[in-house]
Amino acid sequence: MVPTAARLALVLAGLAAALLAVAMLALLLGSAPVSATAVLRALTGRAESGSIESVVALNLRLPRIIAAVLAGGSLAVAGVGFQALTRNPLAEPAVLGVSGGAAFGVVTGQIFGLGPTILAALGLAAFAFAGALLAAGAVFAIASAGSALSIQTLLLAGVIVGIFFSSAITVLISVLDFNRLGGVIHWLFGNLAPVPPGPLLLFALLTATGFWLVLGQARALNLFMLGEETARQMGVDAERLKRRIFIGAALLTATVVAFAGPIGFVGLIVPHLLRGWLGQDNRLLIPTALLGGGIFLLAADTVARNIVAPAELSVGVITAFCGAPFFVYLLRTRARSLL
Amino acid sequence: MEFAYGGAEGRRPRSFSMAGLSLAVARGEILGVIGPNSAGKTTLIRLVTRVLTPRAGDILLSGRPLGRMSAWELAREVAVVPQEAPPALRFTVEQLALMGRYPHAPARFFESAADRAVAEVAMAATGVLELASVPVEILSGGERQRAMLARALAQEPDLLVLDEPTAHLDLRYQVACAALLERLNRERGTSILLVSHDLNLAAQLCDRLLLLAEGRIARLGPPAEVLDEELLRAVYGCEVSVDINAAHGRRSVQVAWPRR
Repeated sequence: MVPTAARLALVLAGLAAALLAVAMLALLLGSAPVSATAVLRALTGRAESGSIESVVALNLRLPRIIAAVLAGGSLAVAGVGFQALTRNPLAEPAVLGVSGGAAFGVVTGQIFGLGPTILAALGLAAFAFAGALLAAGAVFAIASAGSALSIQTLLLAGVIVGIFFSSAITVLISVLDFNRLGGVIHWLFGNLAPVPPGPLLLFALLTATGFWLVLGQARALNLFMLGEETARQMGVDAERLKRRIFIGAALLTATVVAFAGPIGFVGLIVPHLLRGWLGQDNRLLIPTALLGGGIFLLAADTVARNIVAPAELSVGVITAFCGAPFFVYLLRTRARSLL
Repeated sequence: MEFAYGGAEGRRPRSFSMAGLSLAVARGEILGVIGPNSAGKTTLIRLVTRVLTPRAGDILLSGRPLGRMSAWELAREVAVVPQEAPPALRFTVEQLALMGRYPHAPARFFESAADRAVAEVAMAATGVLELASVPVEILSGGERQRAMLARALAQEPDLLVLDEPTAHLDLRYQVACAALLERLNRERGTSILLVSHDLNLAAQLCDRLLLLAEGRIARLGPPAEVLDEELLRAVYGCEVSVDINAAHGRRSVQVAWPRR
């Protein structure tokens, strides 16, 4: 079964429909009861402004839904990118310590007083990006100390770098403002919240940039699976590919961390499920990961919002509960093989 | 098409150097590269495919210097079949063959119908067409190698480079591989550069042999000249005897195993 544009379009259409369905559900479910007709009225602009329905639906739930979709999509695409780059199905932003580095960047940025305005959000994203690159660079440097990038070394290096940055965050906050420590630790789980329109647009733009960087290399990534030397002999510019995937995936991760904190395991679960369904071709995986990741995280966040209503769980807790057993399953069935 | 080295020097990480190489692969020729381990056979492949660049001298492809060609141009003319396909490739044989079309239109996202036609011809030529939808990872060694060869053929190269093509094949597949290469050379006029440990395969298949030793040319010429007992003994450092097969007139090399 050869991937074609038609097949991709069909799959994307199906996923888009599923996404819309989950989004509608997310709009309806929540601790404040809002009926379906009320939501529809709010969406089509026919509710009185300032009414409970429009506030809840438009100002609270809809921005949060959009943020969830963007975050999930970004993390899933970053996962596909890292997995193809390292030829290792266990590589994803959290496992590789990249989320940890980005989180350190965000905390450092917040110490400098960057807050929720759009320019400040850009600054936070920049700090997060720097942290993500630093972490990813450290992991790859540690793991390539031998000759080839072995799975075990990569994972170990990722875990170590992640722990290092988490500890660094804790130290930083403890030293500077101990009272905030509880809040920061809660943030470290990863939480989605309604993002104001300006920053939300920035979020979308950064996601689009990272996605474009990774998608552009999709065909070359397939060839890269045959081995770097073979890919080069087939005309692939391996250095450019590695750079773009690296930067694109780091940017996607950093963006999510800047807006929602470090959410783990989306980049592990979603690509794996998609690969089981669609095969290994990155030209199919990367676009579908954007939608599939969105669906997954939106569903997880809806659960997080509702399962202990009126309280809320962090969405990162839900993904970790799904992810940890999934990780073990992957380790047992696939650790030996590459993608 | 001609490959010419003029005194090329290449370096490998572990202070290995090749020097004073000067040779040309003629169009439609099958040239075998033989020699002991670390003689520079794989380095030669890397030089020819520009994975490594020579410190001095030129490598020319049909008269054009390799350094001036883009990676895609080079990949359109030279295709390499590596020793092994990577393990656990879940791509199907057809998807693998289609990858060979990349250098012809790298800007395309998906392959065109014309690309699929070329891939089909390549799969048919290597006898894997009926395996088109089978994932590469579950194929046998011989089938996997033919799938990789189909991928190389889909690049429509003028020069096919094979690195130890029979290294992991059983006897039947070794014969099939040799027959396939000979047929490709005859029917398509593809020049072939074959690196092999198997001296008898090389003797059988190749028009000329290049015997490398420690990065230098020990001898270049037809098998009759190169497969000389004295020379092989000196280069390989072990006792060999070369028999001329009465039936085919070809030389075969026998190693003198230690006596029990």
